[in-house]
Amino acid sequence: MSALLELEDVNKDYRVGGFLDRSTLHAVKHVSFTLDAEKPEIFTVVGESGSGKTTTARMILGNETPTSGTLRFMGKGIAQVRTRKERLDFMSRVQPIFQNPFEAFNPLTTLDYYLFSTARRFLGLKDKAAVDAATDKALQHVGLSLAEVRGRYSHELSGGQLQRIAVARALIPGPKLIVADEPVSMVDASLRMSIVNLFRELRDTLGVSIIYITHDLSTAYYISDRVIIMHKGDVVEAGRAEEVLGNPTHEYSRALRSAVLPPDPVVASAIIREKLRAI
Amino acid sequence: MLAAVENKPASVEAKPVLRVEGLKAYYQMNYFGVRREVRAVDDVSLTIKRNEIYGIAGESSSGKSSLIKTIAGAITPPLRVVEGSVKFDFGGKELDVYAQRPAMKAARWKHLSYVMQGSMNVLNPVRKVKHAFHDFAFKHMGLSEGEFRARVESHLQRIGLDPRVLESYPHQLSGGMRQRLTIGLATVCEPEFIIADEPTTALDVLVQQDVLALIKGVQQRMGSSIIFVTHDMTVHAAIADRIGIVYAGRLVEEGPTLDVFQRPQHPYTAHLIASLPRIGDTRKRVALGGKPPNLADPPSGCRFHPRCPLAVDKCKSENPPLLARNTGRVACWRAGEVEAA
Ligand SMILES: Nc1ncnc2c1ncn2[C@@H]1O[C@H](COP(=O)(O)OP(=O)(O)OP(=O)(O)O)[C@@H](O)[C@H]1O
Ligand code: SF4
Ligand SMILES: [Mg+2]
Repeated sequence: MSALLELEDVNKDYRVGGFLDRSTLHAVKHVSFTLDAEKPEIFTVVGESGSGKTTTARMILGNETPTSGTLRFMGKGIAQVRTRKERLDFMSRVQPIFQNPFEAFNPLTTLDYYLFSTARRFLGLKDKAAVDAATDKALQHVGLSLAEVRGRYSHELSGGQLQRIAVARALIPGPKLIVADEPVSMVDASLRMSIVNLFRELRDTLGVSIIYITHDLSTAYYISDRVIIMHKGDVVEAGRAEEVLGNPTHEYSRALRSAVLPPDPVVASAIIREKLRAI
Repeated sequence: MLAAVENKPASVEAKPVLRVEGLKAYYQMNYFGVRREVRAVDDVSLTIKRNEIYGIAGESSSGKSSLIKTIAGAITPPLRVVEGSVKFDFGGKELDVYAQRPAMKAARWKHLSYVMQGSMNVLNPVRKVKHAFHDFAFKHMGLSEGEFRARVESHLQRIGLDPRVLESYPHQLSGGMRQRLTIGLATVCEPEFIIADEPTTALDVLVQQDVLALIKGVQQRMGSSIIFVTHDMTVHAAIADRIGIVYAGRLVEEGPTLDVFQRPQHPYTAHLIASLPRIGDTRKRVALGGKPPNLADPPSGCRFHPRCPLAVDKCKSENPPLLARNTGRVACWRAGEVEAA
């Protein structure tokens, strides 16, 4: 097997001043996993905020260096990506999608600017018609079109529309790996399903692997091949999605599992009434 | 017996506390002489009863935020009310939001509170939390500084927050604490009406149930009414008494929560419910075909017709009215034929 991405005993510490204390925070502890280059998959990292999942994502993207341990992408250390050329090359293969689409786009810049500059930068396109075509193609993948997006600002679109534009932007360079940090937390059920279905499709048709970072166990169960559950920097459970999410064994994973409300008014409202009685 | 206890008291049936009639609110823009109009709220009528939790669901960009922003009287250009009215009844006194602007200003926070989408924003990052409470609530409560502080502290305690949070800055608090604080802010004046946009969307799973119980608890204790927006159907399942489904700026279905989930009457609602992921189930969910409608140029007739599996010719030209049917209301020419998938 040749590895697409390897994490070997990766650790990250931060010095923090918190609300009630001031200390070293072990944001990520001893994380190791490998994605196979020949078998594109949806690899899901489940955890709450502060569990270390975003820090892990940032290290994979090369935006953060580990305190110890190594990360390799296609055999090459991510920390060794230094020159502008290397960086560009790396980024065209590993693309991020961020959580908050409102923050991902500057309100004073039209959205097409992000798409056009991505096409110019990563595909080396100069010709206006070619840039438009590449942009429109990526937008079509997510159910939009350049005609709808051209000249518009982020505040004119809803959160869901923006998130689809973010996915389209990530698709432009033709990446091998997409790191999606909470990509569906701001969108509705139907669109959420269409974005995760889109991930499936990207995996199956374009051979893109996806690192899907989420706290949403329901979509995680629905699309993941493998899952790890992180808690306070540790991976507390790892394995195939059906096992880890269907039948969690670690205390924390079980708590997470039972915190998921089912989309069923009888059960869900009973859970809330029970909580109310307990307060 | 149990059911009777769980149900709302009879007072729910009393006079509505909110009446929205034929409300149209559009974003009207002018780009270098070219007019663009986004019909985000298009002819919505609904009533909310006292002591009721009403949830608004719908896909992204369907106009949910625009609708409750308009109801809250919190709109700014380019969003404008084009037609219709929003009337509250606070203690027997009618307040017409768009006819009585000054009275509306005074009602803010005292009778009515509005928690915006991404509401953590109400907390100014460079000021301590206590200032937010002071700015929003102090002048409405008619208390001395000392009494006010005591009231805020006991209120925070009741919603599970250490009063010491008042002396901290927002970034020192976790997302769950900030969300609790926002709810604390929205409820400290014990308003009769609470309007909340995506109150739990940014929350961690482990605190979501607590925050929902908190919202429900505060509402029950104060006997207030809540109208909230979220695309998260599990949140509606958990706390809403009734649900309104919005599609492309229009209310297309409304009914008691259980009925909407179990017997959806509109094809869009049926799709929405069927597409919900459930742990233990990896059956492929088909996403809706077609694109979400463009509200600057919405489809003719029934706005759902380009994506609707039941569409017939009539749907393309005639807009179905929202009519009472079974326990709710539905806007569909073929409402009787919809089966939950
Ligand atoms: N300031 C604005 N100027 C112009 N158009 C706007 C503005 N704000 C929103 N819109 C448009 O109005 C429509 C409704 O948006 P709204 O924010 O109400 O949707 P929503 O249902 O709350 O979506 P979400 O679930 O994504 O928050 C969308 O087409 C959006 O692009
Ligand atoms: S009116 Fe027609 S197009 Fe609209 S939801 Fe009903 S069947 Fe579908
Ligand atoms: Mg919204």
